[in-house]
Amino acid sequence: MSQVNGVGGQPAILVEGLIKSFGEVRALRGIDLSVPRGTVLGVLGPNGAGKTTAVRILTTLLLPDGGRAMVEGHDVVREAAAVRRSIGLAGQSAAIQEELTGRENLEIIGRLYHLSRPEVRSRAAELLEQFGLADAADRTAKTYSGGMQRRLDLAASLVGRPRVLFLDEPTTGLDPRARLGMWDVIRSLAAGGTTLLLTTQYLDEADELADEIVVIDHGLVIAAGTSEELKNRVGGDVIEFTVPDRSRIAEAVKAIAPILEGAGEVGGEPHADPETGVVNAGVGARGSDALIEAVRGLDAAGVVTRGLALRRPSLDDVFLALTGHAAEEEQPNGRRRGPRGRRRAGDKGRGGPGGRSPREEREGPGERSPREGNARTAS
Amino acid sequence: MTAIAHPAWAPGLGSRIRWGVSDTLTLTKRSLLVWLRVPAYLVFTVIQPVMFVLLFRYVFGGAIPVQVSGGYVNFLMPGIIAQTAAFATFGTAIVLAQELKKGVIDRLKSMPIARSAVLTGRLVADTGRMVVTILIIVGVGYAVGFRFLNGVGPAVAMVVLATVFGVAIACISAFTGLAIGDEESVQAFGLIWLFPLTFVSSAFVPIPSMPGWLQAFANNQPVTYVIDAMRALALGGPVEASLWKSVAWLAGIFVVFVPLAVRAYRRAS
Repeated sequence: MSQVNGVGGQPAILVEGLIKSFGEVRALRGIDLSVPRGTVLGVLGPNGAGKTTAVRILTTLLLPDGGRAMVEGHDVVREAAAVRRSIGLAGQSAAIQEELTGRENLEIIGRLYHLSRPEVRSRAAELLEQFGLADAADRTAKTYSGGMQRRLDLAASLVGRPRVLFLDEPTTGLDPRARLGMWDVIRSLAAGGTTLLLTTQYLDEADELADEIVVIDHGLVIAAGTSEELKNRVGGDVIEFTVPDRSRIAEAVKAIAPILEGAGEVGGEPHADPETGVVNAGVGARGSDALIEAVRGLDAAGVVTRGLALRRPSLDDVFLALTGHAAEEEQPNGRRRGPRGRRRAGDKGRGGPGGRSPREEREGPGERSPREGNARTAS
Repeated sequence: MTAIAHPAWAPGLGSRIRWGVSDTLTLTKRSLLVWLRVPAYLVFTVIQPVMFVLLFRYVFGGAIPVQVSGGYVNFLMPGIIAQTAAFATFGTAIVLAQELKKGVIDRLKSMPIARSAVLTGRLVADTGRMVVTILIIVGVGYAVGFRFLNGVGPAVAMVVLATVFGVAIACISAFTGLAIGDEESVQAFGLIWLFPLTFVSSAFVPIPSMPGWLQAFANNQPVTYVIDAMRALALGGPVEASLWKSVAWLAGIFVVFVPLAVRAYRRAS
């Protein structure tokens, strides 16, 4: 312990040029990461971007082909045993024993950490309390809800008081309420000083939880920074509206085309989702001028829209601007989404099974006609 | 930081062995607890061999002439017991595949525990399970007329041989479970290879009743050696030849499949 804490400004996680291939598939093509102690890094990327591969290397489950990865100053290849003493891992599914009670699950992990008997009991009780499982502690985990199982899984990863915690898609498959509950738990862990590396496909999740975000696509870090910095990279505001009459989307796009000329990095081409009728367009620094022109254009064309607004770019816009394709483009069922569709975090909920994004409710577009076009300016 | 001290992390060989044993026992206990918590697991393991005992004892047995004192039931039981031990390892393959899928193995591998403990704990627990199952089937055999005719020592030796045979098969099952890694596929294919080995052996019928080409296989495969040795231990008769051949085969299985299972465990993801 002391030797670890003694190394002052060294990052908790340091990754340099990490490479890993599976046969022909190049999962990681040279990743660099640096996570200061006590901060939360959000690793954002679609399915197959290489997030899980990176986590598996950092947690000593997989050997890299090249590059270097250090956790708490220990090399994940040469000092794997030391790394394992510093880390906790909660994966994409609940790695718990469903036939055993929540308490038994945690006590077994405690014994594997060689805690003394009283410590085993007190640590389990403490975690059950902390994760809101005290009432269910002596029920078999089979009877738990999905959210409770994932909380138990997270608790299990904390039994050994890891200094660095890896959470691989901690909310995948959870309903919106359980997801919010998980966010609270993760926030309190971060507040307690644990270094966290969190992978997610959900832009709003990275936005909510992470101090720093790296965006990974096809095994490369394509952007890094705070959520705010990444949004600034889009280079300005975004106009967004919904066309209820899907057959008129093309007309709407045509009507706003003139305002996009010279709008900067993401301008020039509006993106329309034929399924939801949501149209987005980057307008660069032209802000409310562009909005007024859009209102005029749409009105002149006689296209009815809903929820016309000017907003700050979301991480979805960032992802689109950086990669040219939407986050979560590849669906678990293999269905490919329309190119450049569905970029708002809120839309994900409607697209995915069971609606996963609590943002949906908060940001649902209001009913507005173009005449009432209402600019929500950046805060 | 109020981190818990890990007293044993100075990796001396002595403490490593001690923690290895401790981790193995913890994981063994966990597996046995799961098994006791769900009585259905025991029932399912036992029900099939019981059906076989009843089927062969009362339906087919009358049509199978054997030269064994005590009649067909005494011929049958050593074979059924060996088969029970082998088929009990289905659970080994299934559970490993499940734990792989659920991320339990990832969790354990990312923890500072003895690397060998996961596989050893599984095998120790499954061996315990196997012994209980064997003893139940021996009891069922007694209820339908089976008797040990060769004294207590050889009877115990028969149970031990059946168990060692089962553990050897469990190593193969651990390998297949981890290498296939998918519960459904393991359900479908995990034990198919055991059917010809147990049925084309001396387990249920005297080998001379088979066609010549099948006899060549049946006479020279390990399950026959093991069952012949078990039968000799249970009922009396020359045991040495078949016992040594069994031991040699079982040793061979361990030598090949322990490293394969360990490798599959290391690679499993």
